[in-house]
Amino acid sequence: MSNTVSTSPRTAVTRGESLQTEKRKAALAWLTVPALFFFLVFAVVPLAGVFILSFANWDGIGSIGVAGMDNWLAVLADPGLYNALGLTFLIMIASWLVQTPISLLLGVFTAGSQRYRAALAVLYFLPLLLSSAAVAIAFKALLDPNFGLATGLGLPFLAQDWLGVPHLALGLVIFVIAWQFVPFHTLIYQGGVRQIPKSLYEAAEIDGAGTIKQFFHITLPQLKYTIITSSTLMVVGSLTYFDLIFVLTGGGPGNSTRILALDMYLRGFRANLMGPASVIAVILVVIGLALALLLQRLGGKDKHGSQLEGL
Amino acid sequence: MSTVLNTNTEEARAGSPTSSAARTRGFGSRLRRLNIPAGMGGWLWLAIIIIPVYYVVITSLKTQEGYFGQNPLALPTSPTLENYQLVIEANFARYFMNSAIVTIGAVAPAVLISFMASFAIVRGSGRFLKLVNGMFLMGLAIPLQATIIPIYLMIIRLNLYDSLLALILPSIAFAIPLTVLILSNFIRDVPNELFESMRLDGCSEWQIMWRLALPLTRPAIVTVAIYNGLHVWNGFLLPLVLTQSPDLRVLPLALWTFQGEYSVNIPAVLASVMLSTLPILVLYVVGRRQLLSGLTAGFSK
Repeated sequence: MSNTVSTSPRTAVTRGESLQTEKRKAALAWLTVPALFFFLVFAVVPLAGVFILSFANWDGIGSIGVAGMDNWLAVLADPGLYNALGLTFLIMIASWLVQTPISLLLGVFTAGSQRYRAALAVLYFLPLLLSSAAVAIAFKALLDPNFGLATGLGLPFLAQDWLGVPHLALGLVIFVIAWQFVPFHTLIYQGGVRQIPKSLYEAAEIDGAGTIKQFFHITLPQLKYTIITSSTLMVVGSLTYFDLIFVLTGGGPGNSTRILALDMYLRGFRANLMGPASVIAVILVVIGLALALLLQRLGGKDKHGSQLEGL
Repeated sequence: MSTVLNTNTEEARAGSPTSSAARTRGFGSRLRRLNIPAGMGGWLWLAIIIIPVYYVVITSLKTQEGYFGQNPLALPTSPTLENYQLVIEANFARYFMNSAIVTIGAVAPAVLISFMASFAIVRGSGRFLKLVNGMFLMGLAIPLQATIIPIYLMIIRLNLYDSLLALILPSIAFAIPLTVLILSNFIRDVPNELFESMRLDGCSEWQIMWRLALPLTRPAIVTVAIYNGLHVWNGFLLPLVLTQSPDLRVLPLALWTFQGEYSVNIPAVLASVMLSTLPILVLYVVGRRQLLSGLTAGFSK
């Protein structure tokens, strides 16, 4: 190779080299094979499988038969589906409405330079370390009417049958989800706030803009993409609150907290109706993809360019 | 509050044109102005976070009598470790090992193969690599739980049902999309001259990958390893569906069954919660910064 470099004209070298580079670059494709293999086998194939199984009869143990459109017709005619759909969206929207303002404000708060804020932040993030099962179990104990928080704080109104009354259980689920996930989104907002150029605030100070004005005219617009990222994760993630709700309420009382993911699990692995459960799974996939695309559309593409505009 | 606001603005206005030191002070005062209501909100949220945590910690140290007799939020009068002993005797060491095996067994290969794929996606070119990258990106939007039924079917057909490998294999697959996204963004930031100079030294891409890209990518690798590790460690659905024997329980599943079996002994149940969280808590104390950046896996960028 060094010979070619010294003897041939420059253009020939680059052409020869670029051809060689092309080859090298194409050969790199082999490096993706292991990852591709795992992803195809355990993600793409199951994804296709869930569509196929939604047209099949299977009890989870025996042989698999053809069901045609039966599962779809049965599930679509089942009021249970609409209950689960409604609950999923209700919890999704309520979670977004509760978590976004709290995480945003806490993100701004913990991004501040004061020492005590940093100390508080260390404690704020503790829920991130716990598994959903642990969180659910802790709250079940905490809400015991006799030996929990109600007695501890001397607040009788906390001594409710939280897991026995439908609307209370739903409220509880939304609260516990917030308790578990606000720290994560706080962390995201904290990172977002720290990236806002300080010069923007300095300019606003010179112009005499107050704190509230600065928040609405600088912080909030500058966090646009952080809000979209956080909201996407929150909304798509809300489809997967399965483990927390499963351990906390099991979907009850009645079906009052039976969200789609739980409905899928209970139909498939408790009622042994894998076909109808796969129909629910397909619906989950479609909703997940649609929401992700929608939020991406809202976000636009030119992330970095627009974040720095106004500088 | 508005008076506080105004005086501070005056200060900032007076200070800012004079020197840059005064300007930074002006910025500090902007933050200080939010103090009172923000501080109150901050402390309120602290109470919401810390009371359940505090309750779990103290209750896990109480005797049964203490649990039934004392104020629930009072410190235990005679703190005891007997609940922890009970939990450890209930085979918790085994569950702990299972969780460790599954977590390491899934995260190490997932990060390794994702790193190789990321290197190829960044350094290589061609249609095939674009397609692969696009597919991984699509994978970010698939909810894992929605594919659990076919995964269950496949695991049965592969004769892997009720084994730790059954938990490891799908976990690897589902870690790949985000890991590739983060690692390839990171490798893309490595200056091209570094790659070029190694190439001119006669190194193959294989050598460049291990000797240059890998060391340079180390911070991102730690980040994704932590993120994936926590997800696998805390994962619940895969073990619930794909294992059955008590000996193969991982910690979250063990917590759940323990809670069912010992529902009358709340201090012991909460001790199990504490024990299952302990290793992550230690990690948090030792490497908080890295753990937190791992947790958001670069979402905050």
